[in-house]
Amino acid sequence: MSGPVTKRRPARHRNAIVNAIVASAQPIAEPLVAILLALLVGAVGITMLSGLLAGHSSFDVGLPVAAYLALLGGVASPNGFTSTLVYATPLILAGLGVGLGFKAGLFNIGGRGQFLFGTVGAMAVATTVGTTQSSYITVPLALLAGAAFGAVAGFIPGFLKATSGAHEVVTTIMLNYVFVFVTYWAISGPLVLPNAHQPITADVTTRNAALPIILGRDGNAGILLALAAVPIIWFLLYRTTLGFEIRSAGANPDAARYGGMKTSRLIVLTMSIAGLMCGLAGATTLMGVVHQIAPGYDTTVGFDAITVALLGRSNPIGILFSGLLLGAMRAGSQSMQVQAGVPAELVDALQAIILVFLVVNALRRWLDRRAAKRGSTPLIDADAAQAAEGVA
Amino acid sequence: MNGIPQALDALPILGVVFQFLGYTLANIGYMSQTTVAVAVPITLAALTGVLCERSGVVNIGIEGIMLTAAFVGWMVGVAAAGILGAGAPLPFFGVTLPLLVGLVAAILVGMLVSLLHAWLAISMRVDQIISGTIINIGAVGITGYVYTLIASQSPTGAGSFAQYQVPKEVADLPLVGWLINAVLSQGPIGLSAIVIVIILQVMLFRSRWGLRTRAAGEHPRAAETVGIDVIRLRYQNVVMSGALAALGGAWLSMEQTNNFNADMTAGRGFIGLAAMIVGRWTPLGAFGAALLFASATGLSTSLEISPPTGQLGQLMGHVPGEFWEALPYIITIVILAGVIGRSIAPAADGQPYERESAS
Repeated sequence: MSGPVTKRRPARHRNAIVNAIVASAQPIAEPLVAILLALLVGAVGITMLSGLLAGHSSFDVGLPVAAYLALLGGVASPNGFTSTLVYATPLILAGLGVGLGFKAGLFNIGGRGQFLFGTVGAMAVATTVGTTQSSYITVPLALLAGAAFGAVAGFIPGFLKATSGAHEVVTTIMLNYVFVFVTYWAISGPLVLPNAHQPITADVTTRNAALPIILGRDGNAGILLALAAVPIIWFLLYRTTLGFEIRSAGANPDAARYGGMKTSRLIVLTMSIAGLMCGLAGATTLMGVVHQIAPGYDTTVGFDAITVALLGRSNPIGILFSGLLLGAMRAGSQSMQVQAGVPAELVDALQAIILVFLVVNALRRWLDRRAAKRGSTPLIDADAAQAAEGVA
Repeated sequence: MNGIPQALDALPILGVVFQFLGYTLANIGYMSQTTVAVAVPITLAALTGVLCERSGVVNIGIEGIMLTAAFVGWMVGVAAAGILGAGAPLPFFGVTLPLLVGLVAAILVGMLVSLLHAWLAISMRVDQIISGTIINIGAVGITGYVYTLIASQSPTGAGSFAQYQVPKEVADLPLVGWLINAVLSQGPIGLSAIVIVIILQVMLFRSRWGLRTRAAGEHPRAAETVGIDVIRLRYQNVVMSGALAALGGAWLSMEQTNNFNADMTAGRGFIGLAAMIVGRWTPLGAFGAALLFASATGLSTSLEISPPTGQLGQLMGHVPGEFWEALPYIITIVILAGVIGRSIAPAADGQPYERESAS
């Protein structure tokens, strides 16, 4: 009698431990598996295209290895570390904004426009206030203006959705183009550098609006802002009434409405905060990295932020890490292009492949199939997996 | 900037309005021809949306499908011209063999990318907006990657399709000549887009396939109980729609221009989605909405090419050029926000369908 029981009990016990480990590792393991699989697919792609297009006489199997090593080499150095942080700064800020939208069930693809309008806001302060005031006044004011302009750019689609029901996916994309032209107009008109031969703004360093360098050669203080924003957004989401309402509206809008929450006010507020974060990303990039708005100025941060938010599962701490990861990829991509001759656009393509593996839950499917083959119960219960699937 | 208030004070409003009407009438031929041309890719994007969403699948990856097809059509055209030689163009539409090969490749790739969306959205039941976004991000990355790879060889394109030349006697007809000229002065893709609008309108509301598609989009459970294979139907529609989006992309790189550049779709896939909504998910309505959106571009190109004179010209001189470029997007937002309450999406739009037996 006691034999089989004692034999079975540790087994069941062990299973429970494995379950617990897998369950707690899942939020980290799934993105990691997705990234590894994407790198593998990317390697196959690089090899194939090297043989077909890049003028190599045969398929160059060593090329992906060289490319990834150059990418890694571009990151794993003191300069690479700093530039990872610099690239990650706007990604974390904008990623937090997009992630906040996801939590409320809103899909903000307007990061590009909000980023650009935030840049214009910061530049406006630099060109007006910066000529007479010291940097102690100009820098905070420019950051505030960037945040405010971004918030306005986010408010518009939020307001349109709340009042008319126009879907934010379409309106934010349309606004991206509108703000691209607003930026061009701003740098050729109101913000143009006097006596310049082309539509270009002043350099913020000459207008007391540059962020101070705090790390290495070009590590600007925007890094601190991004690091500070993570706990602030976390607190907002998980420790305030507004955060509770945002999460409720995202999980079940009908229930939130029946529960007495004003969902239209919530939509406007969430989109405004999301825009604020993207605007801040634009302001820090202007004041810490590019220093002036040149003709044709544009950004990929808006779309990168979607990847960052999805990879981080819209959780502020997850977004911190996925922002750092994507920042590292962007930082290393330049040396990859120079040393291995593999175009830096690889990073954009890799993002999409990572996301495909992430959303189809490659790891969970594999574990489930293995479990099904062995005839035991799936390791991860379906409800949790489904909850994880519904990131947006 | 500061000139505007004074200029307005000095201008007789009514006079400017009349001048504007006069200007429009004088340039109507050019304006309407541009409008129809600009509406072509938007219409094709909107039809892609109609085909997908009527069967219950939201597709915001249209932009990415168009971009990929624009790139592949152009690139395969270049490669084919290198292998086959350009050859003498056929007597109609300036068709050459490399162009045809490129067009077929573009359509196939459009269907392939759509298949990815179908797999993610229908089989994997991924959030369909995320799935579409993945396609948009991936399209920018992969086309950018390959374009950078081959750009160093400075390839020259396979040329582009030519416009149909409306006979002068027809174009000069009183009252209707300009309209016929505007509609028919298009390349092969533009003309087929107009034909596809009509065919789809009839098919969607008069054929068995149309009824089934609408049933799958409104109430998939009920459709399945009467024997319609909802999953298969959705796959079919999404993959077919990819060919339409691909035509829109090919129009950009093989009919409007003979070149490719990154972000050449410039939001047309999304403007198409807005046209679909404003056109109440019908092909004809979507075409009408696309024409409406395109008219902003028609007007601004006309203003650029033949600037108005007199007081109207004085007023226009104060409007920055960027405003006219942003106008199509602004108009899209305004009309979308204005019409949306009266436009109702298919009931099961965007909801993954799961068979009873499967769960």
